[in-house]
Order: sequence, then structure tokens, then C-alpha cells
Amino acid sequence: MNALVLRRLEAIMVKEVLQILRDPSSILIGLILPVFLTLLAGYSTNLDIEHLAIGLALEDASPEARDLAASFGATKYFKVSPGHDRREFTNDLVTGRLVGLVVIPQTFGRDLARADRSVPFQVIADGSVPNTATFLQNYAEGVWQSWMEVRARTLGGQATQPVQLVPRTWYNQELFSLNSLLPGGMAINLTLIGALLTALVVAREWERGTMEAMLATPVGRFEMLLGKLLPYFLLGMGAMAICLGITLFVFGVPFRGSLPALTLVSAVFMVSALGLGLLISSLSSNQFVASQAAILAAFLPAYFLSGYLFEPSSMPLPIELLSRCIAARYYVSSLKTLFLVGDVWGVLLPDMAGMAIIAVVMLGLTLRSTARKLS
Amino acid sequence: MNAARIRTLVRKELLAVLRDARSRTVLIVFPILQLAIFSFAATLEVKNVELALLDKDGGKAAVELTQRFAGAPYFTRVFALTRQAEVAPTLERGRAMAVLVINENFSRDVAASRPASVQLLLDGRRSNTAQIVQGYAQHIVEQYDEDLSERAGGAALPATLVARNWFNPNLAYLWFTVPNLIGMLSMVVGLLVTALSVARERELGTFDQLLVSPLSAWEILTGKTLPAMILGLVESALIVAASILIFRIPCHGSLGSMAFSLVLYLFSVVGFGLFISSLCNTQQQAILGTFTFMIPATLLSGFATPLETMPRLLQWVSLANPMRYFLTAIRGIMLKGMSFGMVFDAVWPLAIIAVVTLALAGWFFRKGLD
Repeated sequence: MNALVLRRLEAIMVKEVLQILRDPSSILIGLILPVFLTLLAGYSTNLDIEHLAIGLALEDASPEARDLAASFGATKYFKVSPGHDRREFTNDLVTGRLVGLVVIPQTFGRDLARADRSVPFQVIADGSVPNTATFLQNYAEGVWQSWMEVRARTLGGQATQPVQLVPRTWYNQELFSLNSLLPGGMAINLTLIGALLTALVVAREWERGTMEAMLATPVGRFEMLLGKLLPYFLLGMGAMAICLGITLFVFGVPFRGSLPALTLVSAVFMVSALGLGLLISSLSSNQFVASQAAILAAFLPAYFLSGYLFEPSSMPLPIELLSRCIAARYYVSSLKTLFLVGDVWGVLLPDMAGMAIIAVVMLGLTLRSTARKLS
Repeated sequence: MNAARIRTLVRKELLAVLRDARSRTVLIVFPILQLAIFSFAATLEVKNVELALLDKDGGKAAVELTQRFAGAPYFTRVFALTRQAEVAPTLERGRAMAVLVINENFSRDVAASRPASVQLLLDGRRSNTAQIVQGYAQHIVEQYDEDLSERAGGAALPATLVARNWFNPNLAYLWFTVPNLIGMLSMVVGLLVTALSVARERELGTFDQLLVSPLSAWEILTGKTLPAMILGLVESALIVAASILIFRIPCHGSLGSMAFSLVLYLFSVVGFGLFISSLCNTQQQAILGTFTFMIPATLLSGFATPLETMPRLLQWVSLANPMRYFLTAIRGIMLKGMSFGMVFDAVWPLAIIAVVTLALAGWFFRKGLD
């Protein structure tokens, strides 16, 4: 009996492998798409904001004011358009040609000389892009602080900062955003590839009726599922290897974990991603609906809720809870840890448990909905 | 071109999409649902930060500083560590985003007006968050410094930096996300009803029936463009209404400029959709084509990451991306009150994109006819 089951399984797998090899779209999804997506993600997602285009309204001609203006021009963070009146720049802020404006007012030099006066000088950011605005304000603050330090020291006075904050970033010293975005991006790419592979290919079988023909044979549902899963699993792991190779060798992201740990975590994730695809295909049973569902239920949630770019901890509680149902969230966390920190089992084990639970639920639901469809 | 024929074709198309319950759900319910979920999810704002404190000093100044950190609104989960050895595992396992370390002599140095320092260790896996948390911490320490020098009888710092944010004074992230999602969801709808539907008809053979009918290629193209425009505009109007009425995003510009830029935007999206569909024979090809267009369009739009930081080549590629122009316009209209002239300057390339893609689509359709 057991031998028979194994032989049937083997036969199904041979059939599936042949089907993959002969179908250009699975090869396209499994091998070409990962290259395209990883290269695109690597070159386009960069949060390291430099050369922010700002206007600098130097309304005061005193040496101090000019000195401060020069230090804004000297950092790599700003690309300064000089001017003498803040009104020159308002239109550029509205059209988005500039993202900020520094105003050194007429009274700056005079008030600076008098110790009892505080001279406000203004930094105006374009708040319609809040993240850039926050960075601009932080950089401007930095330029201002160091200018004050230098000034205090040259005047021989006491340092303006009795207490100094010394920040150190671990795991990613230069805070190079690609180092944390690209490993996370792998999870998004593989979610899409896993869902497309199974959703489209299997939905097409339902649409053409070949799936029902298969199910009419003595093959059990479970064997059927396993037979479908394994070949696509291998193709998906191949896609993972491609993403990994490009991330490491084209973009030079460090990898501090071990390959066996990465393979293990990725394997668990791949089962859950393929499980989602199988569920989509068995629920929708035609390609039109399956592809829409693959966009809406797999790709967009992975993009928005996985923590690859947007932090779940900053989201409102119901949405944060929802993000825990997304396998990519656990995979993103493990990938970032494996690339930047190492094999931290305290992170990897809970993540794998989360993905395993999702995988079991997906596959269980697929089995049930396949059964219902037949009756 | 025959108006009566086109009218019939438009009616047929609209019926085909709206009669099917599943596609009604996908087109009407899903975008609204996504607007609701993703507008709250897509935030680069940093809240609810876990902060660990290691106070090796325990003196008065150290306690005061740690209390300032614990009292700051963004650090919601603050807990104390007792030993240096705990620092590494705390960061490694992600139990805290940052650890503030105060060394032994801190309070003594502060009391004696000697320069003192505190260390902030950050988790670089979350690189954007790390930079923002660093900014928060810097701010708290500066405030503390000012209070210290004031207490020491020194003058207040001679000049203060006044930070102002125009168009969105409190940097509410929702004001940024919702206008962007209007662009993204309108694009998804526009592509779904064009690229995929033509490919599906081809597979079912109904497209061939259209081609052998007396309709010309241009009439078919118009008959496909108009219903997609109608559906897309109704959909976008719904989303815009929800943004203004439910999400309370301000809209300082005119609804006229909004309508103008939406029409041009959808026109160019539909153009791309029909162009993709004119190249594809099967649904699978159309789906892959849609993805290969949609993902770069989203990434190269300035939504998640700024365009200015991308390599020159990608910036050039993004010139063909309709979403890029639309996002500038919609943010400008809603938040900045852009005038019609400025909106026109921002979106006119969309008309060129639409004309080029539609012409190419028409050419390929006609080639299919011969």
C-alpha cells in the first residue's frame, strides 16, 4: 500500500516537473522575475537622503550670517540655492522644486552679539513628504549645533553642550538603508513569485479542466497537493538563491548568518507562500480572479504590512495584529537578522513558528476547499 | 468612426464588467478596503519605540535624564537593564530598538560642569527608524542641556532654531499616504479593466468576434478606452471622496484641477493597459505584463522612496511613469493648494504618454487584424 502511494506521488511529481519545464511562464516567473525584481529593488529603493534641494534666504549681510550660510552649503546633505529674501522661494516649495527653506533673518548678526537675545532662525520643510521633512529638520539641527560648537570654541567660551549624546548604530554602522531594505525586499519578491507560481499555474489547470481530470484518478487530494507543492518548492528555492546571489554580489550587502539557517528559514517561508498561492487558486479557479487575488491578497499586504519598509510597531493595533497573519512579516524579520546580525535563534525560532502555523492553515484550507469543489 | 457603434460597444463593455459579482467586488469593495487598511499601515513615522536604559551611574543627573527619556511620547515601552552583558542580547533579539547607556561618572561630571556624554546604541536593522529615534534622542538631550546651562546661571543659548513644516504642520503621515494611495489604487483599477480583460477575451475567442465585426481597429480601441475611463473615474471619485470626508485630508486646491489631472492620469494608465494587452495573446502574458509594469511604476513614483536619490538611469525611466506626475499633482492640489497653472505644468506629460501608448496599442491591434 505504502509503496503504491509512493509510486503515485513519484508519478505526479514527474508530471509536474515536466509541466514546469515545458511551460515558459513558470520558468519566467521562477527564474527571470527574481532577477528583474531584485535589481529593480536594489537600484530604486534608497532612503539615504542626500543633496536635499533647499533654498537659503540670507537676509542678513553680517559675517556670522554668511558663515552660517556657508556651513549649510558645505555639507553633503544639502544642495543650496542661495537668495536674499524668503519670498523668492515660496513658489518653488509649492511646485516641489525645493523641499525646504532656511531663513537667516535681518537681525541675526546683531542679535547674536547680544547675549540676552535669542535670535530665531527658521528652517521650513515641505511637510507634504513627512519622512524627508523629518530628515531635513534633523540635518539642519545638526549643522546648527556644530556651527554653535565651533563658534563657542573660537570665542573661548564654555561648550554649549554640557552633555553630549554619542549615538552608535549596531549591525549597520553607516546606516546604509540598502543593507536593511534589500534583505527585507527578498521576502516581498518571494511572496510574489510563490503566489504567482501556484496561483496562476494551478488556476489555469482548474480553468482548463485538467485538474478535475487528475482528481478523478485514484490519486488522493493530499498526494495531489504534495505532488504540486514539491516541484514548485524547488523552483521557489531556486528563485531565493538567485535573489540572494544578486543581493550579495551585485549590491554587496553583508551576510553574517549561516547558509543552513537561511535555507531552513526560507524553506518554511516558501511552504507558506506556495500555500497561499494554492489556496487562492483553489478558491478562484480562473486565472482572471486568481491574478487579481494574487495582487490584492499576496503582493500588496506583503509590501505594506511586512515591516520591510513600514514598521508594524508604528501602526494602529488592529492593523498591527493583521500584520501578524502575513508570513512575509516573519520572514523579513529573520532575513534582516540573518544578513546583518547572524544566527540569532531567539529571533529565528519564533519567526519560523509563526510561518509554520500560517503554512499549516493555508494548506488545510486548500484541502478543504478542493474537497468542497468536487462535491 | 461611428458614434452609435461605439456607444453600443461601451454599453457591452460596462455590462460585461459589472454583471459579474466577483469582478464587482474586486473593483468596488477591494480598493476602498485597501485604502482603509494601507493608509494606516504605510507610515514611516516612528511611534511606540521600545527603549532600554542602562544607568550605571544612578546619581541625580542620570535619573533626571532617564526620566526625560521615559516621559517622551514616542518611547512607550521603556525598561531598565542592570548589567552591561544584557545590552547585546536585548538589541540582538529586537527586545528594544535602542539602548541608552549612562556611564559611572555622569552625575559627578555634570555637577562639576565637566563635559559629559551618554551613549545611545541603535538597532541598524531598522535603518530609517534608527535615524529618526536618534533625532528624538538628540532633541531630548539638547533640551536637557539648555535647562542645565540656564540653571547654572548662564545665558540661554543665544539663537534657537525654529522648525516649521509647511503644508502639513504636524507632519501627519496620513496626509502623505492617502493622496499617494489615490494614485496607486486608481492605477490598479485602470490596469485590471484593460490589460486583463482584453487578454481574457482573446483567450475566450470573443475578441476575434469583435475583430471580424464591421468595427474598425480605432473604434474597438475607443470602445475599450471609454468604459475603462468611466469605471476608473467613478472609482477614483469614490476614493477621493472617502479621503476628504472620512480621512479628513485637507484639499486646498480646486476640484476642477483634481478632475483634470485624474482624467489625464487615467487616460495614460488605460493607454498603458491597452498597450500591454495588445502585445499579449494569453492571460498569463497579460498578468505578467501588468506586473512588470505595475511594480516599477510603484517603485519609481516617489511614493515609498524619493526619486531624487535614485540613479540617473532610473530617473530617466521614471519620466515614462504616469504615477510620478500624478503624485506630484495630487499632493500639490490637496496639501499645497497648487494653482491650475502649476497643475498643468506638472501633468501635461501624461497627455503625451496617453497618446503614444494608445497609438501603439491601435497599431498592434490593427496588425492583428491583417
